[in-house]
Amino acid sequence: MTLHSGRGFACINYPIGMNLGGDPSQALVHSTPDGKFKVALSAIDLGQGMKSVTRQIAAEALGVPIEDVYVDTADSDTGPHDMGSFASRGTHRMGNAVIRAAAEARAQMLEAAAEELEVNASDLVTDGRGNIHVRGAPSRTITVEETAQAAQFRQGRTLAGRGIFLVPMSDVDAETGEMTPVSCFAHAALIVDLTVDDETGEVEVTQINSAYEVGRALNPKLVEQQLIGGAWMGVSHALYETTEPYYPDRAHGPEDFNHYLQPGPGDAVPHHISILERPAQDAPYGGKGPGEMCANPVIPAVANAVYNAVGVRCDSLPITPEKVLRGLRANGGARPQGRR
Amino acid sequence: MPVEFRKDLFADERDDNLVEIGKPHIRQDILGHVTGRSPYYDDHLFDGLLHMRCVRSPHHHARIRSIDTSDAERANGVVRIIRPSDVPQNMNTLLALLNFGRDDEPLLTPEKTGYRGEPVLAVIATTEAAARDAVAKVKVDWEELPHVLDVEEALKPGAPVVNATYPNNTFDYHDRYDHQKLRFGDTQAAFTRADHIVEGEYQMSPIEQAPIETCGAIASPETNDRFVCYTSTQALFFSVAVSAKQTALPSSRLHFIGGTVGGGFGGKVDSHHEPLAILGSMLTGRPVKYQWDRAEEMQVGAPRSGERWRIKDGVMNDGRIIAREFTGFFDAGAYTRLTSYGVQKCTGHLPGPYTIPNVASNTYCVFTNRTPSTAMRGFGITGVDFSIECHMDRVADAVGIDPIELRILNAYRDGDMKAHRRTAKNCALIESCQVVAQKSGWALSHDAMAQSSLIGGGIGWRGEIPETVIDFAGEIGERRSNWIDPEPYAGAKQRELVAAGTENEHPATGNAPQREDMVIEAERLGFKVSDGPPNAMPVPGPAPATPPAPADPPIPVAPVPAGTVPPPPAVPTPLNGTGAPRRSTGPGPSLPAAARGAPQPPQPTPEPHPPAPAPVPEPALGTPRPAPTDTAPPAAPDTAPAAPEPAQRPPRRPGVSRFISGPRGRR
Amino acid sequence: MKIPVTFTLNGTEAAAFADPGQNLLELLRRGLGDLTPKFGCGQGTCGTCTVLIDGEPQLSCLILAETAQGRDVRTTAGLANGPELHPLQTAFMEGFAAQCGYCTPGMLMAAKALLDRNPSPTRDDVIEAISGNLCRCTGYEPIVEAILSAARAPRHSTGRPA
Repeated sequence: MTLHSGRGFACINYPIGMNLGGDPSQALVHSTPDGKFKVALSAIDLGQGMKSVTRQIAAEALGVPIEDVYVDTADSDTGPHDMGSFASRGTHRMGNAVIRAAAEARAQMLEAAAEELEVNASDLVTDGRGNIHVRGAPSRTITVEETAQAAQFRQGRTLAGRGIFLVPMSDVDAETGEMTPVSCFAHAALIVDLTVDDETGEVEVTQINSAYEVGRALNPKLVEQQLIGGAWMGVSHALYETTEPYYPDRAHGPEDFNHYLQPGPGDAVPHHISILERPAQDAPYGGKGPGEMCANPVIPAVANAVYNAVGVRCDSLPITPEKVLRGLRANGGARPQGRR
Repeated sequence: MPVEFRKDLFADERDDNLVEIGKPHIRQDILGHVTGRSPYYDDHLFDGLLHMRCVRSPHHHARIRSIDTSDAERANGVVRIIRPSDVPQNMNTLLALLNFGRDDEPLLTPEKTGYRGEPVLAVIATTEAAARDAVAKVKVDWEELPHVLDVEEALKPGAPVVNATYPNNTFDYHDRYDHQKLRFGDTQAAFTRADHIVEGEYQMSPIEQAPIETCGAIASPETNDRFVCYTSTQALFFSVAVSAKQTALPSSRLHFIGGTVGGGFGGKVDSHHEPLAILGSMLTGRPVKYQWDRAEEMQVGAPRSGERWRIKDGVMNDGRIIAREFTGFFDAGAYTRLTSYGVQKCTGHLPGPYTIPNVASNTYCVFTNRTPSTAMRGFGITGVDFSIECHMDRVADAVGIDPIELRILNAYRDGDMKAHRRTAKNCALIESCQVVAQKSGWALSHDAMAQSSLIGGGIGWRGEIPETVIDFAGEIGERRSNWIDPEPYAGAKQRELVAAGTENEHPATGNAPQREDMVIEAERLGFKVSDGPPNAMPVPGPAPATPPAPADPPIPVAPVPAGTVPPPPAVPTPLNGTGAPRRSTGPGPSLPAAARGAPQPPQPTPEPHPPAPAPVPEPALGTPRPAPTDTAPPAAPDTAPAAPEPAQRPPRRPGVSRFISGPRGRR
Repeated sequence: MKIPVTFTLNGTEAAAFADPGQNLLELLRRGLGDLTPKFGCGQGTCGTCTVLIDGEPQLSCLILAETAQGRDVRTTAGLANGPELHPLQTAFMEGFAAQCGYCTPGMLMAAKALLDRNPSPTRDDVIEAISGNLCRCTGYEPIVEAILSAARAPRHSTGRPA
């Protein structure tokens, strides 16, 4: 038995904010009497951090501290229309809707503050700590709380906003495929190191180096969560996962996690991530959704690394020991392709 | 494993001085998660909760001769059996909401099932165990039918019809074709002059989304004659709309609560649990839970589609890919779900992140007798990206070029024309390749490290729509009666040319209509943009960038990080580029002269630019654009930004998409 | 015929009637209203229903409810001491060790069992302790790190003993 080392590369881009469906997102923002803000959405948090990222977006757009914003999601009686969290549309579409709702609420807030301070609203700025003051004159100031109270109890003004983000549905041409499918692209390039055991056919990924371009990391820790978990899923897709191991035959379909294989905590691979940020002009603060794309480059990089290690091209997923061994047998043994 | 942020890259396009954005705040929902109190749909208690389970087909393809439920009805705890005739609107298709496709799937199937696990009856009982027992007591007399499980077998003339709504076993595109086409340039002509032809076939496996929380919903009568539905959906208003349609209830009588979901990964869009649970609640007057067990989640729940891809490349000796053809088969299973959409999303993604002057694809949404497939993380893209990137390594092998250098050589850049006829912008593939190569110790040539997404794109042919050969092969029904090969162009009866052009009506973003009351303060959005006035919907530069005349290429400018941030030693090396000519590109016989030199390396530039008085970098350096002052949008913020005038589009003719660029017709 | 079951749940006497064949997970959730253990598979393969019985991590979906009679059962609902979070909870929060959160209660209980018997676990100890618990979101690494970090936390030893 010999362990052969291999190194493989792949790079991808990924469409963010699909508009082939033309599906819009809406958001509502309103203030409590003491100047705290509620954001009502119908977006779903399935772990990707929808509530958290829209909270940060709302706080930034309003100009108030994040502690003063709470996001409520997915009650169809209170949350306005949103198609859902899929197709890398959550951050893009809903983020943009939240910015717009917050912008309207902020304009109301500054108008109310201007009335109290007897200045023009256009001369006011927020400090992000709960205060509004005259640009260049921090002493002429009023708190957001005082502003909300003045607005709601004296001025008869709501600090509220409605937002919608819609990119009209794109048609697709029948003959040429011409379309306007997408808003922006995220990018990734990734190098996988692994070993292949030429006796058992087992592949073990030993290291991943990656560069992910995400527009802007709206919350770097949430981005990191996606990239680590997504790359793990990529390894899992590449080497283990299938509902039909002998596709298109339906035999041997797993019905539990003893037969539907995934890497466990002991199989975690050291993953060295670099994040690039080239903000997309139509995305909220430039941020592209990182969650969907991050498994994609791992899968071909693993396949390319297996080829580099033993000269077997596994063009059919997952790359099981059985497939590697069959390839080795067909080649008459391992044919390492050289160190990279 | 600390994460490295390369803030030095693209620093001149970002304002990093935001207050909350970019901060590592802990999640809003994390306290609920670590205390176990986050309310998932199943974490709501109801007195008298009933449980629903389905009777499912054990066959790939079968007709129901008869069903005997008498034993099941008498079984302990059984409250109600729901039959297809109990469903007010039994037929649906998910994308009916978008008017895309025909209703092709019943909630409960009355006569003929198309996959193993298809539900035909729902049993409601007082406990889950009682529901299971009763399901086992339902006797169905099945007549097994011939089945087809392979996508290409399903396309053949004699294959069994899987889904009566689509009797050709393919989704109907544009009421005309059995596949979605992409045509850009002339791949056939380019293959004849290519130095190498590289072909490969790739197979994506069906994959289970495998969220730890299985799909489900609980519905209950609510006060005021409504129904509340707690759901694991990842698409709330999809589920509301589907439920309203199938139960024939107005959405005002539905109260959906969700939003906290135990993982989705695409598997919780399909909206089957909600209408069944609501229907159960309507028919029993009690709260009803419909929850998949793990076996159902894995074998009945819709997986990622098995996709088969064939790729054929025409490659020059220097590594330039001059033509790429795809033939793709998405295995939809027995019903459409979202696969028809995935095919179009995928078509818009081809040929991957590369600028290739001739591209063609035929992509099929094929019906087979297996579990319907649906969305999963990377939907429509993961399978073809696996194929493209394995294929790129094959190409690198064939021409003897380093795999990363091959990617950089062919990478798309700002201003390039993509195969779906929109201009690329905001590209960063090259930089991603350089960063990862550098940190991994994968040596790249000086030339490859000197390339940039900002430079060299859009010049000459790279920015233009080529004259394009189109064909009319594969009309609906043609394949079944008269077998034709699924490959692009194979068996084409007629061909026509679509003229070349540079027309690019919409910026690649499309246009978001903006109401005045939602105008945002562009300067607070974190972009470093040119000094133009705020644009409500910031689009880089004045809408479509027009490529320059090939004779007058812009002077490339090296991408220098913001003057105030000295680049760390690890920065890729564009700064000390020597301007050495790129490796000889060889004769590209029919490419325009300008193409041979492009992409060009950066011109030698004096080390770091003196700090600009004010950072006024263009968002897309090197992208040709008119002087900003001439074309800036209206200054008055209360003026609605002018959207490109739809009337400027070519007039719509029957059978001609308004999205077609330029005139076309026989030459 | 209902079966009466009494046991200690998070330090408090609990009593409920179980149906024949009912598992402990169902009894805890529907019978006693402790919704912190989750249903993930019902097959004993995902671990999100993990509870501690007499200090040992057990899969409550595989345990007949009546066998809990007289035992000491602990769930995530009893992990915090009033408003004061257990060090594991703090570590999961600060370490971004949860995404969808659905596996988190099971992970926390498996980790608590480990730290209760081994206050200074190695990385391999942690991996072994949670190897029966599946997570689809995080790739495990943040969870392993969070448990190690909780073990290093000074207040760890003050966590209430099982």
